[in-house]
Amino acid sequence: MSSQIHIATRKGLFRLDRNSNGWGIGCYDFEGAHVSMMLHDHRDGMTYAALNHGHFGVKLHRSNDSGENWEECAVPVYPEGAEIGADPFSTDGKPKPASLSEIWALEPGGADQPKRLWCGTIPGGLFRSDDGGTSWQLVESLWNLPERLQWFGGGKDHPGIHSICVHPKNSKHVAVSISCGGVWVTEDEGVSWHCKADGIRADYVPPDQANDPNIQDVHRLVQSPSQPDTYWAQHHNGVFRTTDGAHSWQELSGIQPSPFGFAVAVHPKQPDTAWFVPAIKDECRVPVDGQFVITRTTDGGKTSEVLTKGLPGAHSYDIVYRHALDIDGTGNCLAVGSTTGNFWISEDGGDSWQTISTNLPPIYCVRFTKT
Amino acid sequence: MARVVFTANLERHLSCPETTVSGDSVREALDSVFETHQQLRGYVLDDQNRLRQHMVIFVDGAMIVDRIHLSDVITEKSEIYVMQALSGG
Repeated sequence: MSSQIHIATRKGLFRLDRNSNGWGIGCYDFEGAHVSMMLHDHRDGMTYAALNHGHFGVKLHRSNDSGENWEECAVPVYPEGAEIGADPFSTDGKPKPASLSEIWALEPGGADQPKRLWCGTIPGGLFRSDDGGTSWQLVESLWNLPERLQWFGGGKDHPGIHSICVHPKNSKHVAVSISCGGVWVTEDEGVSWHCKADGIRADYVPPDQANDPNIQDVHRLVQSPSQPDTYWAQHHNGVFRTTDGAHSWQELSGIQPSPFGFAVAVHPKQPDTAWFVPAIKDECRVPVDGQFVITRTTDGGKTSEVLTKGLPGAHSYDIVYRHALDIDGTGNCLAVGSTTGNFWISEDGGDSWQTISTNLPPIYCVRFTKT
Repeated sequence: MARVVFTANLERHLSCPETTVSGDSVREALDSVFETHQQLRGYVLDDQNRLRQHMVIFVDGAMIVDRIHLSDVITEKSEIYVMQALSGG
């Protein structure tokens, strides 16, 4: 079972350690800074923290000693001439220069790519580093696709790549998902890309466009480590799953009490088992009946159990963002953090939950340290 | 008569039933709707009468271009969908 968790928040990066007394905050870094994403790279032990300083821009820091010391490294930079769509009230309708707004996804490459990192950003650029964040290159094969200009913002003003899934057995196979731009897959390390969201549907466009793969607002995409052709997608309009490598997706109606949410976690060894944090759909975005719950399915989404033991009862209005639910390598330990600064851990697959803190800043990202 | 459909999410706040209107532009069509649903105007347009930043309008499947003057042309058979842009968070 993992014994360390990082929590990226609106006001800094927390590290929780598990000792004989249970879980507790062991370290607090980047006091007051908006930490949009973090990564502990299990291959070399490097820890990364992506900061968004607002006035002073986006920064990336790394530590090779578990946060004792940090150094600032390079951030992705859009090449000269890179453009995004026009602003809504633009009078000329012309695209404008792309500029890094947020680091929204950070993932290690495969075991055969020791220093490879993938970075998803707002406004919609995928970047690659082959030197552990010392330098970054825009993946132009994806950026230059004409379909990319049709992506649009979901939750943010510009589109963003929030999920990057590197195939556990073939590191050249990478799937990314975009709010809002569907699911894009490369099988040749980024030489070519294909949009694979057939079967996913959207209610936020006119009905004749509902099945357009390139406009889908997948909130979070996760890949089964044990059966990599299985992906789970928590989408704006429901939960979807594929078992054939994203060639076709099926909508799952069994997620209770609501199919709306942002986060999803899949069991590391059981591809049919996944967890969700449901809420009332769309612009309301609070837990159903004001009761915060976590939902688990063990049969591929046909049915689900609503988990409440140890979680707050009535009048709890926590929302869990897309990166704020994680599972460790055993599948027993889950961690979840909310916009309200509440943080819970389960060590029995979600059957029961411990409240670790009710006083953290709004939580953006929760990640176990995995070996 | 063009058909105007509003996102169901607006129903949380006020009545905005599907309706049919006449007009040659999106602006004329919406003005026609707002004559009978005055309060709706402020939910779709901002205080400068522009389309609100996090709203979108589709005419016959295409997103309108002129969000300021709403001059995009419509026909008697047009279908106008007034939707939320997901960029609003």
